Amino acid sequence: MTQTEWVQRVIKPVIFLMCLIPLALLVWDALNNHLGANPIEKVTRRTGDWTLRFLLITLAITPARRLSGWNGLMRLRRMLGLFAFFYACLHFIIYIGIDQSLDMTEIIKDVIKHKYVTVGFASFLLLIPLAATSTNAMMKRLGGRRWQQLHKSVYAIAIGGVIHYLWLVKADLREPLIYAAILAVLLGYRLWVKQRQALPPNAVRSSIHPSAIRPTK
Amino acid sequence: MLIKKPDDIRPSEILDQKIYLTRREFILNAAGATAAAALIPALLASHGAYAGAKLAGLRKGPFGTSEELTPYEDVTHYNNFYEFGTEKEQPAIMAKNFRTKPWTVTVEGEINKPAVYQLEDFIKPHTLEERIYRLRCVEAWSMVIPWVGIPLADIIKRFEPTSKAKYVEFTTLHDPVQMPGQRRAILKWPYVEGLRIDEAMHPLTILAVGLYGETLPNQNGAPLRLVVPWKYGFKNIKSIVKIRFLEKPPVTAWMTAGPAEYGFYANVNPDVDHPRWSQSRERRIGEFFKRKTLMFNGYAEQVAHLYAHMDLNKYF
Repeated sequence: MTQTEWVQRVIKPVIFLMCLIPLALLVWDALNNHLGANPIEKVTRRTGDWTLRFLLITLAITPARRLSGWNGLMRLRRMLGLFAFFYACLHFIIYIGIDQSLDMTEIIKDVIKHKYVTVGFASFLLLIPLAATSTNAMMKRLGGRRWQQLHKSVYAIAIGGVIHYLWLVKADLREPLIYAAILAVLLGYRLWVKQRQALPPNAVRSSIHPSAIRPTK
Repeated sequence: MLIKKPDDIRPSEILDQKIYLTRREFILNAAGATAAAALIPALLASHGAYAGAKLAGLRKGPFGTSEELTPYEDVTHYNNFYEFGTEKEQPAIMAKNFRTKPWTVTVEGEINKPAVYQLEDFIKPHTLEERIYRLRCVEAWSMVIPWVGIPLADIIKRFEPTSKAKYVEFTTLHDPVQMPGQRRAILKWPYVEGLRIDEAMHPLTILAVGLYGETLPNQNGAPLRLVVPWKYGFKNIKSIVKIRFLEKPPVTAWMTAGPAEYGFYANVNPDVDHPRWSQSRERRIGEFFKRKTLMFNGYAEQVAHLYAHMDLNKYF
């Protein structure tokens, strides 16, 4: 088995099943009455948590590949991103269907009036085109460059997701701040890489003062 | 033309018809209850841990609701009690070994009879009443809880407040060893709450010592907590050790934490949103969809007059 086959046939299916564990646990807890006194709130929170986690895991793929040098990781990125979208959909459906009972006027009012809802709602909407253009055919149709441009919006989505969480917490900010810190590292790493690439190739040498270079003659 | 708007509150809530029809027996029972109340301290003393002991000789109090009670399990395992953790399930676990005996309550400020009471002496002169109230949390969920308590007005009268006593301030125990949540500055500890004196004297306001006919479980604010059913849940301060009478309004823990979000009054009001989320509806624990939140949590008939001529958008 080549490395590509190994990823496609073994690693990817195993990770696919692992990504379904949060959903399986949710169903298990629901069937066994383990969701506590306010099950709707718990399901909303857990699907929200997993949306954020999958967004961060997806954003960790590129740095992880760069640092480990293992390109096989890239074959997992789309699937992980789609799982972020999957859990976001569950989160969104609960909000629209159960919390707001499909009452459109209430939903519109809520989205306009409450900024944590605004940010969460916008982040979800921005995820849709990314999911829709995740297939190989769409990638080809858009062309690599445009596709990449479009998918850069995932940075805004992740920031929106973390802010959504920060703004809804009453007093204990510890958990959302953990997400914020991880996101800051993941985005910070990209900025750092970009800055290094922006420097001319001889930047490292030219930063040494000329007088420090011994004449070669 | 006479337009009659049906009340949100059924007349049966104001006084249980059964009690009304059997009022003579009821009064006799109440007398019996007073005698039985004298037994409570003995009962408490025999019970090593305070929580969970059956409370004898309860009298059924007024303002009951016929709504379905929230199950005991939910009332005692879905708690906001940050002193024992910020997750709803945490207080039930973290407060397990909380010592509520011995317990003293300090009463001070603008009163003629300041004193430090043992909890037993604090309660002894009163008859315990069952009060079934709706509880509406600021987080937009609600419960129906059968509290056991004493009208705060009856207690306050004993202290003889002076004419300067315009507000009442309540303080929770400060003990970071027993209350792990107090080791981090999530809120400014100890927790402080307050009422205007007329709110404190209102017949709906009680100090609770139990629920479901038993002493308060630790996670529900044992051994003594405030219950003000027309205000958001956080006004109902738990594990009270101090009651102080003041001329100026006290600054509460949540006012300190978020002055733009939590006001002194914190009356349940579907028309005034929390700056960050809607207050127009709530999820009754046990129900799937949300229901409409009622003005003053359905107690408008009893309390609206306290806030006449006040701009409730300003005094939220």
